[in-house]
Amino acid sequence: MHIVVCIKQVPATLDVRVDPVTHNLIREGTESVINSFDENALEEALRLREKFGGTVSVISMGPPQVREALRKALAMGADAAYLLCDRALGGADTLATAYTLAQGIRRLAPFDLILCGRHAVDADTGQVGPELAERLNLPQVTMVKKLECDGKTIVAWRECEEGTAVWELPLPAVVTVDSKINTPRYPSPIGIVRSAKKPLTVWTAKDLDVDEDQIGLKGSPTRVLRLFSPQRTSHVEILPGEPEEATRALVAKLREQKVL
Amino acid sequence: MQEIWVVAETYQGRLAPVTLELVGKARTLASGAGGKVTAVLLGSRVTELASELIACGADTVLVADHPELALYRTLPYARVLTDLIEARHPDVVLFGATSQGRDLAPRLAARLRTGLTADCLDLSFDKDGLLVQTKPSYGDNVMVDIVIPRHRPQMATVRPHVFPAPEKDAGREGRVEVVPVHLEQADLVARVREVIAEVEEASKLEEADVVVAGGRGMGSKENFNLLYQLARALGGVVGATRPPVDEGWIDAAYQIGQSGKTIAPKLYIACGISGAVQHTVGMEKAKVVVAINKDPSAPIFNLATYGIVGDVREVIPALIAALGAHK
Repeated sequence: MHIVVCIKQVPATLDVRVDPVTHNLIREGTESVINSFDENALEEALRLREKFGGTVSVISMGPPQVREALRKALAMGADAAYLLCDRALGGADTLATAYTLAQGIRRLAPFDLILCGRHAVDADTGQVGPELAERLNLPQVTMVKKLECDGKTIVAWRECEEGTAVWELPLPAVVTVDSKINTPRYPSPIGIVRSAKKPLTVWTAKDLDVDEDQIGLKGSPTRVLRLFSPQRTSHVEILPGEPEEATRALVAKLREQKVL
Repeated sequence: MQEIWVVAETYQGRLAPVTLELVGKARTLASGAGGKVTAVLLGSRVTELASELIACGADTVLVADHPELALYRTLPYARVLTDLIEARHPDVVLFGATSQGRDLAPRLAARLRTGLTADCLDLSFDKDGLLVQTKPSYGDNVMVDIVIPRHRPQMATVRPHVFPAPEKDAGREGRVEVVPVHLEQADLVARVREVIAEVEEASKLEEADVVVAGGRGMGSKENFNLLYQLARALGGVVGATRPPVDEGWIDAAYQIGQSGKTIAPKLYIACGISGAVQHTVGMEKAKVVVAINKDPSAPIFNLATYGIVGDVREVIPALIAALGAHK
């Protein structure tokens, strides 16, 4: 089985603010990690490889420092990593990102399964997985919390408004996974040593045979108008005193507000 | 003229609350811009729901009724909507940011080669008639205004509970049009084997007026059980942040927040919850928030209406007693 896992490098902390004057993002710290849901996707791929044999490829689009994330994925157990890296790819929204990833993944054919995280924790769109499925003309199932596979078809449990829907799809397919699906492993010391010898290939826009009008900012239909801080004014009324006194005051307030 | 479409969602023969909220919002947007609201209703034997969409503000309801559309699947739904959008060119297409909407909308956006904004908290038209879509980023720490200047339709998924449910006007007039459904064999490759209904209590969480939620600060499964006593005293439902779920104190179906449920109760009591954004994105629409935490600097107090600084093991029993004394 050949499984391709899409990963995104994200900031280690979501603790960001908008500078009130410049409107730029102020990030606390510069450490980056693999998006947590993508680690779940990689873990699921590694488990399937343990069962069926085969190859796990990881692919990402981003600046040169994304190598770090790909190295970690190799240390966790992926066999080969691919970084789509080119200034021309910068400023891409989800549509352009999905197109570019699809062009990269086509070069990895044949493949049986493409796994992604359900969304990236920074931008929180969850759009690249389904957009990628469309660009590759494959069926999709998203937000999957349990997956079974017999090598030809998959059965996927996905949360829906009514409970859990159980889908059955033929391979190849695109699956995005929820954190409930598994607990990702840590890279083992031997895994880290071995990863240094595994291939990490960098492809530029030219290598990918992309249509220039569909990549980067040019290929992105959406435009960011502005960033701003959410209105968060605290009006909390702290009820003082011992628990008996404080809770009596609370019950009185809640009755006043007619929520009791 | 702005033509605004809302893709309706149904469960078990009823319209989803977010669909009605979106039709109401689309009505407000359309009225300000001299536009029209169209709801697209997909399913099997759903035609009779069209009148409710009209009562909520739709001018037209397009009904795609077909046995293969009975349960949501990406490809058949995407096929029907692609055909309709390519034939009629709406300016705006809105979806609920539900498990269905967030699966379907990006598939469609890629097929139509247009822009899509996820999980919007607000929508408005700017002076040029462009849809300004406000979405959170970085776990709601940052808000972003996004526009789609040149591609059509402008698409967005919108988080449930952010817009009020509209008043229904049973006398409102609208047009119901049944549209043909053409599916190809390739659209039917995925099959839904079954839909397992959730534990009943857990699904009540999203509709409960009172939610009592516990976090890591509850300390143990035994302490966590205090929450059920409090919920009983208030006629409410118990929910949790992620750590109690990971600890096995409560089932994952009761998790509130990112990768859990989004709720908007009248009263939300946060017990031993620090207030990490991954949790608060799921409860910030609560009307009255009470925070009980021994750490006075816990971020949850910034969201709270009332706060009690103290140990949950002392404050919760006292609160149960105080509720009893008032009855």
